[in-house]
Amino acid sequence: MHRTGALFGQFKTLEQQKDTATLGMWIFLVTEVMFFGGIMLAYTINRHIYFHAFAMGSNTLSLTAGTCNTLVLLASSFTMAMGVWSAQTSRKKWVTIFLTLTIVLGFVFFSIKYLEYSQKFHHHLVPGRNFNISYCVDNPSACPDIDAADMAKEREELKAAFAADPDLNAHAQLYYSAYFGMTGLHALHMVIGAGLLFWLLKESFSGRFDAEWNTPVDMVGLYWHFVDIVWIYLFPLLYLIDRHK
Amino acid sequence: MNTQGTAPGPKFPEKNYLNATYGMRSWLLTTDHKRIALLYLASVTFFFFVGGFFAMMIRLHLLTPNGLMLTADQYNRMFTMHGVVMIFFFLIPSIPAILGNFLIPLMIGAKDLAFPKINLLSWYIYIVGGCFTLWALASGGVDTGWTFYTPLSTVYSNSAVAPAVMGVFITGFSSILTGLNFLVTIHTMRAPGMTWFRLPLFVWAHYATSIVMILGTPVVAITLALAAMERIFGLGFFNPAMGGDPILFQHLFWFYSHPAVYIMILPAMGVISELIPTFARKKLFGYHFVAAASLSIAVIGFLVWTHHMFLTGQATYAAVAFSFLTFLVAIPSAVKVFNWTATLFGGSISFDTPMLYAFGFLGLFLVGGLTGLFLGCLGTDINIHDTYFVVAHFHYIMVGGAVMGYLGGLHFWWPKMTGRMYPEWLARIAAFTLFIGFNFTFFPQFLLGIMGMPRRYHVYPPEFQVYNVMSTAGASILAIGYLLPMIYLTWAAFYGKVAGENPWPATGLEWKTQSPPLTENFEVTPVVTWEAYDFHNRPDLGLDVPGGHGSRIVAPAHGDD
Repeated sequence: MHRTGALFGQFKTLEQQKDTATLGMWIFLVTEVMFFGGIMLAYTINRHIYFHAFAMGSNTLSLTAGTCNTLVLLASSFTMAMGVWSAQTSRKKWVTIFLTLTIVLGFVFFSIKYLEYSQKFHHHLVPGRNFNISYCVDNPSACPDIDAADMAKEREELKAAFAADPDLNAHAQLYYSAYFGMTGLHALHMVIGAGLLFWLLKESFSGRFDAEWNTPVDMVGLYWHFVDIVWIYLFPLLYLIDRHK
Repeated sequence: MNTQGTAPGPKFPEKNYLNATYGMRSWLLTTDHKRIALLYLASVTFFFFVGGFFAMMIRLHLLTPNGLMLTADQYNRMFTMHGVVMIFFFLIPSIPAILGNFLIPLMIGAKDLAFPKINLLSWYIYIVGGCFTLWALASGGVDTGWTFYTPLSTVYSNSAVAPAVMGVFITGFSSILTGLNFLVTIHTMRAPGMTWFRLPLFVWAHYATSIVMILGTPVVAITLALAAMERIFGLGFFNPAMGGDPILFQHLFWFYSHPAVYIMILPAMGVISELIPTFARKKLFGYHFVAAASLSIAVIGFLVWTHHMFLTGQATYAAVAFSFLTFLVAIPSAVKVFNWTATLFGGSISFDTPMLYAFGFLGLFLVGGLTGLFLGCLGTDINIHDTYFVVAHFHYIMVGGAVMGYLGGLHFWWPKMTGRMYPEWLARIAAFTLFIGFNFTFFPQFLLGIMGMPRRYHVYPPEFQVYNVMSTAGASILAIGYLLPMIYLTWAAFYGKVAGENPWPATGLEWKTQSPPLTENFEVTPVVTWEAYDFHNRPDLGLDVPGGHGSRIVAPAHGDD
């Protein structure tokens, strides 16, 4: 099928093409909701049954890192929306600028996530043979990044949690399965999003996106906002389980 | 009408989608929905042979009570690979990816699907998923059953679970993208005048199927991903040793796999809705009800999954709820069967091969559907769950129903796809052979099930042997019924009698363009001013009966006698 300018051959008008692309992207996002929904169900059921293990696990996550990441992603959604607006109002230079900012914020998110993951690895909190929820409490010198006050609090919490659930170690693995599964899946989607943003950035250099045609920016924007919303769910579900203590 | 002596037959169109461009690249990099349909036809047929090979191994082994030639472990691999290949690589793609891809743009008057490149990507994803499954095969296959129940699949099995699960995971995205493409196309690409209620019911059926594909498939994707991660990385959701729950896997798995069976049957029902009006020369009875029934099946089909788990120790209250919903989902299917039957009444029926398959569908789907009620009823299910009764039930639906629909559709639209007619008498013989072989294969299995023969066992008590032998004998006849069309349809594609635009004649928009169609389908975008299946008011097709509304049409001349 031949293309005439921006109009692909199977379409009659640019408007039909835009409507088609938009409907397609929304339906794709529905499939993504179903995809994440499955792991959210597994999380919900296991949190209900093993609440103490999940609360314990949640408290080993860094609230600072999580909050930072949430703000970073919200900001990136803002810059993405500004990128779409710039395209819609033919501000071609600003399209490039806002896309770049969105990518940069995405990479800030990845960096923070990387630091969190490596901390989990060193603290023996990755599900598998070496998993040990009591590792840091039993070996304080191996976990220098936890200061004495926090260590004392964690010791208390761990004692209480073990009292409530003698099988805490096994059940805590389920929490970390959910943590790595959900954030890993989310990170994978962000990597794909970053790839799409790089492609958009490259296209924006030639000034292709303007008021008449900006569909790709719009569609990637939808995808990026979706990835952001997934994180907005993940943050309270994983980081804020029992924080009022 | 015998075109053999007097008037010259139709001419084969000089320019069409088959000869528009030449060479491997023009096929492997095509974005033409019709060529992609043929790519799927080739690959789906390949996997049908693979799945059929495993079926043959199962039936041969079961000729004797102690098993003819396989160990228990090998037998487990046979039925697992038979299920995995047939369900994910044959049944689910068959009608949507081949007939749906080819026909939907033609039926709605569009030049192509909404996303032609995603359509091609869908096929490549299917091929990659298929390669992973072939890798699993080459590594010795899988022995967990196509249902991959945990913790056998995630912890204890010593078979190639990971590549098989990855293969199914990948192929799921082929399904999702196809469904997405169809939904968007049907919404935004209809020709002027093609309103929702003028759409052929084949299109409605694929719309409903696509809803199931996009909502259900992602759930099995995440389920299999979690199972793979459990096997490879030791995550613990489904492993009791880690506090996980195997029943959670079953719920997540069946949440997709039950709607999956509707992905397999709805398109076949769509085909039947095209065949019966055409060969009864009568408007489909209750168009709106049949369209609504398709959507109802899609929706209610998401609410019944636990009927696969009645014997897992669930709460009786929950079981009752799902049993009730299971009975409910049978109702729209029954509505369709009644409407098809009512279409036949007062029609002018001819027994061309596609119609033979439609009749086969009506009878066999009825048996399959009714036996589903015994399984959906809690008390009786206790006795027949996991027996050959279940095996017979779903084969009646999937083979007696879906495959009959697939073959009927292939025959019906073969002249459109290739421009040539298949040999009618040979085709009728093949259809009968298939029907007879099918019943000999699967009816004894109902009896075996009631007598208590469990499924997935490599041995059985000696008193069951006569039925097993009957079943295997039937399977060899069934195999001939499959092989014959593969041979003569291929022959006919090159050497069959030229078909012309509309050999039947049928009323769909796809029949108003040359056979085979041009790459862009229509020379001029059609404008639709008629209702679906209107055999009385279509002067453009030579279907204009003086005496007007209500008078009967005598079967006009058609096709190749």
